[in-house]
Amino acid sequence: MSVQEPETAAVAEAGGPISDVRASLWRDAWYELRRRRLFWVCVAELALVGLMAAVPRLFTGRAVNTDCDPNQAKAGPSGAHWFGTDTAGCDYYAHVVHGARPTLLIGIAVTLFALVIAVVLGSLAGYYGGLLDAVIARITDVFFGLPFVLGATVILVAFPGHGVGAMTLVLVLLGWTTMVRIMRGQVIAVRDADYVQAARLLGASDPRIMRRHVLPNAIAPVLVVATLNVGNVIAGEATLDFLGVGLQYPQVSWGLQLNQAQSYVLDHPHLLLFPAVFLTATVLALLLLGDAARDALDPKLR
Amino acid sequence: MWRYALRRLLQAVPVFLGTTLLIYLMVFTLPGDPITALAGDKPIPASVAHALRERYNLNDPLLVQYAKYMWGLLHGDLGENYDGQRVADMLTGRWGVTARLAVTAWLFELAVGVALGVWAGLRRGRLADTLVLGGTTLIIAVPVFVLGYSAQLLFGVKWPILPSAGTDDGWPVSYLLPGIVLGSLGLSYVARLTRTSLAENLRADYVRTARAKGLPWRRVVVRHALRNSLIPVVTYLGIDFGSLMGGAIVTEGIFNLPGVGQQVFQSIQLKEGPVVVGAVTLLVLVFIVVNLLVDLLYGLLDPRIRYQ
Repeated sequence: MSVQEPETAAVAEAGGPISDVRASLWRDAWYELRRRRLFWVCVAELALVGLMAAVPRLFTGRAVNTDCDPNQAKAGPSGAHWFGTDTAGCDYYAHVVHGARPTLLIGIAVTLFALVIAVVLGSLAGYYGGLLDAVIARITDVFFGLPFVLGATVILVAFPGHGVGAMTLVLVLLGWTTMVRIMRGQVIAVRDADYVQAARLLGASDPRIMRRHVLPNAIAPVLVVATLNVGNVIAGEATLDFLGVGLQYPQVSWGLQLNQAQSYVLDHPHLLLFPAVFLTATVLALLLLGDAARDALDPKLR
Repeated sequence: MWRYALRRLLQAVPVFLGTTLLIYLMVFTLPGDPITALAGDKPIPASVAHALRERYNLNDPLLVQYAKYMWGLLHGDLGENYDGQRVADMLTGRWGVTARLAVTAWLFELAVGVALGVWAGLRRGRLADTLVLGGTTLIIAVPVFVLGYSAQLLFGVKWPILPSAGTDDGWPVSYLLPGIVLGSLGLSYVARLTRTSLAENLRADYVRTARAKGLPWRRVVVRHALRNSLIPVVTYLGIDFGSLMGGAIVTEGIFNLPGVGQQVFQSIQLKEGPVVVGAVTLLVLVFIVVNLLVDLLYGLLDPRIRYQ
């Protein structure tokens, strides 16, 4: 991208056919992406789940865990209950719809916090190198070595009655390392580029170089990994819920539904099926979106 | 090479100390007093509580406790649980189960993952490639417990091809289904890594040279392209072995395998700190040692690394 811009300027001066639109990596990527059907399928799926999370009323008039009839417990799908009923006879469809919010919220919040940590620590480590880099690398290694499920369980069991906020904190604590490593690698690849040297010779300060020159050119792969990370966080959160150490009843989430379903899956597979399908479809859409963005941003494949 | 090996070894020491200290702090500074938990509903006399605290070093500052623990570990002593059992005895039989499960999963990843990756990489952009890419993405997206229950339901109960739970049939039969479930995530990454790496290397100059001098295609793929393509795969497989050991807890639960993960999970809820710290410390040790071995192997495979 940095190579293309001077060329564009040169052609423009020569009076070549140039539109007002400046070519950039992001614009090229967007042009690549919008022609793909799979990209739009993923966007549609995520828009649907996003809408469910934002305004569940659009999808169901029922609140969660109300109008439950224990005589109707674990009934299969029917006209009155589209997704059947859960172990207490509550409407499963309403449960699935309301489960979207905590699931999505945690996925996005954790990734945003991890992204901020990654940009700050990764830039500092990659740009300055030396002792600072070594220290950050070792701290990253320390956290990277913690087993995810066991580490999270230790913390969560010590704080019973935790909600979405505590879950976010724990998942950030155990999941920030991967993006830091990628950011660091990207910054190292960019920091000695000619345009960075040029900016330095012109007297730009370190913060300015990092913000204006290094960051925009190093961030793309990190954003791709961040997209994939939202999916991974959602799956990780569901795993903790499933093990019974994550969110607790009466909170709702897809993972918690799967936790409550686990003893009954043999006879009542719909209890496993519906939350699992929504969970998988959401994670899948995020993974495919990340993959598509990676392909679109990587000029090598074009 | 020796300088490189020594440097990696020296880097591993602070990481080991840091990670174990972190675990130690997490287990022993978080709320919940183990002695009160041990006593249950009936209050115990202050003198007894004091004696117990003294016995488990709970009166020392945390760093002193940690140092004493590390000193014991150095002598092969994992300490004693609050009920008087040796932690090492509690874990002995369980390591075998978890290790067998992890090895089964790992072999599955290695064999099937590389094969699928080569298949897709040689046919980039064609049907085989699309199938492998789509299938692996789907596997990554399905949470492991959904996969586990589905596999158990289909292949253990509905069509009983393989044992659905327990370890009665021994290795490998009892471990096949859980191993495949546990290894499926890694399999997807291995297949995708192999595919991308192979497809890229097939376009390299040295492959064209090998073709030009008349080598048969099979030999070019196996001896030239694949060999170089497997370097990142080896790294991934190495790192993943550590994750398989530590991440087996969900699979162990579904398939009722009495492994380390199950024990630690129970102990966390019973606030048996010494057991948790002992088992997780050993898991971290496995993780770090395997990573070290992979890095050394990487240095052997790729000279650019060791001269950096």
